[in-house]
Amino acid sequence: MTDTRRQSPSGLRAVTGRIGSIAGHHQSLTILVGLALVGALLPLISAVPPFSGFGTQKDWVGGFADAGVFVLLAVGLNVVVGFAGLLDLGYAAFFAIGAYTYAYGASTFTGLQTPFWIMLVAGAVVAAVFGITLGAPTLRLRGDYLAIVTLGFGEIVPVVALNADTYTRGTNGIVGLAQPNAYGLFGITSFPITNPWPWYITVLGIIAIAFMILYRLEDSRLGRAWVAIREDELAAASMGINTISTKLLAFAIGASTSGLGGVFYAAKLGVVDPTQFHFDVSFTVLAMVVLGGMGNIWGVAVGAFVIFEIQHQGLKQLGAFIQSLNVPVFQVPVLGSVDLGGINFLKFQFLLYGLALVAMMLLRPEGLFPSRQRRHELHEVAEESEEAAEDTSEAVKGA
Amino acid sequence: MTDNAKPPILVAKGVSKHFGGLVAVNSVDFDVPQGKIVSLIGPNGAGKTTFFNIIAGLYEPTHGSVSFTGVEMIARGRRSWAEPLAWVVPPLIIALIGLIVATAASSTALAAVTILVSLILLISAFLLAIARPPFYLRLLTRLGIFRSARPNDMVVAGLGRTFQNIRLFKTMTARDNVMVGMHSRMRSTPVDAVLRSRRHYREEKDADAKARRWLAFVGLAGKENEVARNLAYGDQRRLEIARALASEPKLLLLDEPTAGMNPSETAEMTTLFGRIRTELGLTILLIEHDMRVVMGVSDRVTVLDHGEKIAEGTSQEVRANPRVIEAYLGKAARA
Ligand SMILES: Nc1ncnc2c1ncn2[C@@H]1O[C@H](COP(=O)(O)OP(=O)(O)OP(=O)(O)O)[C@@H](O)[C@H]1O
Ligand SMILES: [Mg+2]
Repeated sequence: MTDTRRQSPSGLRAVTGRIGSIAGHHQSLTILVGLALVGALLPLISAVPPFSGFGTQKDWVGGFADAGVFVLLAVGLNVVVGFAGLLDLGYAAFFAIGAYTYAYGASTFTGLQTPFWIMLVAGAVVAAVFGITLGAPTLRLRGDYLAIVTLGFGEIVPVVALNADTYTRGTNGIVGLAQPNAYGLFGITSFPITNPWPWYITVLGIIAIAFMILYRLEDSRLGRAWVAIREDELAAASMGINTISTKLLAFAIGASTSGLGGVFYAAKLGVVDPTQFHFDVSFTVLAMVVLGGMGNIWGVAVGAFVIFEIQHQGLKQLGAFIQSLNVPVFQVPVLGSVDLGGINFLKFQFLLYGLALVAMMLLRPEGLFPSRQRRHELHEVAEESEEAAEDTSEAVKGA
Repeated sequence: MTDNAKPPILVAKGVSKHFGGLVAVNSVDFDVPQGKIVSLIGPNGAGKTTFFNIIAGLYEPTHGSVSFTGVEMIARGRRSWAEPLAWVVPPLIIALIGLIVATAASSTALAAVTILVSLILLISAFLLAIARPPFYLRLLTRLGIFRSARPNDMVVAGLGRTFQNIRLFKTMTARDNVMVGMHSRMRSTPVDAVLRSRRHYREEKDADAKARRWLAFVGLAGKENEVARNLAYGDQRRLEIARALASEPKLLLLDEPTAGMNPSETAEMTTLFGRIRTELGLTILLIEHDMRVVMGVSDRVTVLDHGEKIAEGTSQEVRANPRVIEAYLGKAARA
């Protein structure tokens, strides 16, 4: 059965191959056209029957703008985890740092009114500096140790934000963040809270820029060095790669992408408080990267979008749908009364994640849309032949 | 041993390496004359690979030092305690002077600026110290502070290597593997890559052409786009050599490059060593178990046993040496 599935799309593959080769030669254009298409088509979802019932077009577009933040976070984490192979469990820290940077740069709390567009750059730079600061002490660590240290850092940032209340107003958070200003472009001055469209277009623009930068970095001397380090750090160093500065750059670039997301998120919400940046954010973003397909920028972005929508629309709607079925309350001997209609799926989101991750790792460990290299990495046949080669070398040596 | 005109490219003095109680390499003096093929032989566990790893900057030696192209590169650090001082003291002085001036002029803005400046200075010095670019190392040497070279420093200085158990970047293509080898000779920065500057384009195009040439040189023409892990075993060994050559080394370290090869592959490999020396003018240091290869190509042979150098000379001299025969327990006699 799997065979027919593999054979049938040969004609289709020729077409996708053509498109792929065109896209490969005009990468930036592809990104712009692709994102413009996606950006134009997505809002139409509010006219499609099952989805149209879930909310107005404005609700949908506002949700997409929030999803865009997570797309940014995911493609940023993908640099660290997917390209350079460094497991970072504290990624939400940089998101927080971006958000607080905006809160300091443009709010009534500090009285500064730096324009949003400048703060975007500032947030990216500040997050990058913190990325390096975290990266530096962890450079000697690998795998599990690195994960634990980054986990610690990810928890330190919100805890500091919570307790340094003179500077962060603790649990109350910093409020009164300035709205971005479009300076009269398209007749918009200050971005309105009630109209999600400017936010949506802005986040699409930021994503487009991030995509272009990351694609160009991936296909460069630095991108090759990242992959080399991921594959075999010792061999990479022995081929002349300064593994330390290369890894620091991965941390810095990953963090700065997250910083962009933080600034946008803070501006859109108008308030930052420490509860927005806990471990569940780091975990969610990591799950997005893994499910989407580590190392593949588009794949990771799709993974982020899908997971975000499932989390924020899917689970809610599933609950509402099941409630609407009016399932009778069962009486089960040991368990007592079981009310299927009253299940709150949002509460189960981590259970569902867990199940999805386990299923994914068993069925498709390379993610939904794997990068070419990851697919090779997880290719079993090649693994066996390599072991055989190693065996022969041992045998010859022993002789 | 006829021309002593050129200084040796590599000089190791009294190099030892202890792993806990185990002495893997025991005060070995060793030098590699320029333009020659020198072989390092010895029974299993003699310490050959360990010695290689010391030269390549992978292991810090317990004692001794290694000079490469006349520059001392590897040794225990000297005055390394002074390095943190070198990057803490200048920012502190700036901060102090700034604060004194600021209090004299009673200006908080001036104080804030000096603190910021010294903080930036401190952070950049700290980053320099961990990233250790070549110019920073040269600066340290001028200050009399010595830090042992890391593997990437040795590559920059002109040392290329292969590994006993092949260590290719398995999921990358053959071409990309070779292009990683060129990393230290390329100059384009991440900014070039993002802006797709002319330097980036030119360098990538050059690197691609060079990679194809290196692959053709080792006999892998037409396999540019094969993923490394799918290459045949012998081809993987060749690819490792191409990758090492791509870093434009002066000295090439080959750790058992013919291990696991059949006689005809071994013969082809031996020819390749000859071409590397004659066509590229490189010096080769070779670890090899196959005595036919050693006898066939070496200008000089050094024998290690239990971490100690027990013999050195031409292949004939070494073959006749009773200590060598003893170490191999008749193996050498058979070959
Ligand atoms: N990283 C290490 N830690 C501890 N012991 C080591 C390490 N590397 C090597 N050794 C030990 O040092 C000794 C020398 O090993 P080495 O690999 O240098 O030998 P070799 O001459 O290359 O042998 P072979 O011909 O088998 O490759 C061995 O006893 C080995 O077990
Ligand atoms: Mg060895």
